[in-house]
Amino acid sequence: MSPPVLALSNLSAISDRDRAPILRNVSLEVARGETCGLVGESGAGKSTIAKAILGILPRTIRVTGGEVKFEGADLLKIEIGPLRRLIGECIALIPQDPMTALNPARRIEAQLTDGPRLWRGLDATAARALALRLLDEVHIRDPDRVLRSFPHELSGGMRQRVLIAAAFALEPRLIVADEPTTALDVTVQKQILRLIRNMQSAHGTSVVFVTHDLGVVAQICDHVTLLFAGRVIEAGSASRLLDRPAHPYTRALLEACPRYDRPDAGLRPIPESVIADLYAELGQSGATP
Amino acid sequence: MDDARGGWPMSEVAPHWISESLRACIRDPKVAAGGGFILFLLILALGAPDFAPKDPLEQDLILGVTPPPGFAGAEPGYLLGTDDLGRDVLSRLIWGSRVALTVAFVAATLAAALGATLGLLAGWYRGWVDATISRLVEIWMAFPPVLLSILLVAVVGPGVGSVIGAIAIIDWTRFCRVIRAETMGQAKTDYVTAARAIGFSPMRILVREILPNVMPVLIALISLEMGIAVIVEAILSFVGLSVSSDVPTWGGMIAQGRQILHQGWWVLAAPLVALFLTVLAFNLLGEGLRRSLDPVMRR
Repeated sequence: MSPPVLALSNLSAISDRDRAPILRNVSLEVARGETCGLVGESGAGKSTIAKAILGILPRTIRVTGGEVKFEGADLLKIEIGPLRRLIGECIALIPQDPMTALNPARRIEAQLTDGPRLWRGLDATAARALALRLLDEVHIRDPDRVLRSFPHELSGGMRQRVLIAAAFALEPRLIVADEPTTALDVTVQKQILRLIRNMQSAHGTSVVFVTHDLGVVAQICDHVTLLFAGRVIEAGSASRLLDRPAHPYTRALLEACPRYDRPDAGLRPIPESVIADLYAELGQSGATP
Repeated sequence: MDDARGGWPMSEVAPHWISESLRACIRDPKVAAGGGFILFLLILALGAPDFAPKDPLEQDLILGVTPPPGFAGAEPGYLLGTDDLGRDVLSRLIWGSRVALTVAFVAATLAAALGATLGLLAGWYRGWVDATISRLVEIWMAFPPVLLSILLVAVVGPGVGSVIGAIAIIDWTRFCRVIRAETMGQAKTDYVTAARAIGFSPMRILVREILPNVMPVLIALISLEMGIAVIVEAILSFVGLSVSSDVPTWGGMIAQGRQILHQGWWVLAAPLVALFLTVLAFNLLGEGLRRSLDPVMRR
């Protein structure tokens, strides 16, 4: 088996303000061409991991230990200049909210080709040709008009397609998708998920897929890592984790999902005892409170 | 044009949202009135040799302190009368607008460039950069501005250059504070995060991602600053610290008119009205721009 594209080992981080732990010994691996789901409730540390991979951790979060290895190189040890280039060229981001992720004052053409122009030195003509090809690949009709548009002239689904096209512009080896479908309505969500899946298999890209939606996980992920309070609770192949959850929290989480095939079953909240047990476990493992 | 989102035909190039809001600005009555007057003044100043009926420096001691037409003792050809040396007030007023507008445009632009640069840096880097720049702004704003400018010009020596320099050095703080706050807000946006993930350097982000978004606020501030610059220039002319006394300035005319107020009120009134209208126009323009370019109203 080929070495993983991305390997986090024992990554720990604390908040600089109150020294509260944000990540506790998080380890995970993403193989080539694989989609790894990063699942957890708000504040579980999903976004912090995504930011650490992209080298854009805010100054208020301090990494206290561990490694973020991308193709064998520890991103936490590389100088800022070369790091910008490495991440800019090889790791791309599909942001969460397409309504705010595009600069309102710049045309789509400029924003779509930022990466290639910066790192490959493409001139205007080559950038334009690339932009047209990318828009075609994400099934945008009338790409000429879209290139000349400003973000506010496009619908949410269109903008997310533009952002996906931009993410694939440099043929990255890893894509971090930060809840890319949360801000979209359900029908568009489905299309966007399929698009990401198709693009990924066509380009052989690995994907870290941050989400809190287990339905999305079932559709798109090969592996899943479930987080709670900055700690990996359970990890494994998506089918195994969804069918035969090992941890009580995973089980409770799955049971809390609304079931469309059994609408009369009602919603079951996660039992207090499960959460209490989790915190007890965190305390035992020697993590600083 | 039934496209609800756009308003222009789908086949055409969509206008830049800044040019779009500029179009909205012109429809704003304040912008139209203020901008119209400034434009009129600008044309007058640029064409001063053609528009001024007389040589502003030509003295005619026999016609000293002639009132404007309609008052006893008026002379034909002197629409705003003459001063105590028999110079045509209207011509001096038109030539004086050159100094006023030069100072307004250049000083406001320089102050904006200095203040916006420091504001962008403070808002982006935060930490000790922000602390240093912000303390500097606070110290700067504690000085009485007019006294400081008089002091500066007195040290450097009079002249248009030092007046412009003094205004820029004093008033950059207005720009710095606003742009710093705007930059802090911009730094939190998703598109700036995305730009960082692409590997944009801070300078590139400031110039390419943030500056275009703070531009509307900056434009409105520059307009307001121009009004302030006109007043400061007049004050410095009034105390004789602006250009040399043979160049007509509004401030110089006010100083001169004050001495002969009882013989000829128009010598004082004409430059005062011009100054008043110009500052009013700049303020209306800035206020109107601020309102129609307001970020909340962009969407």
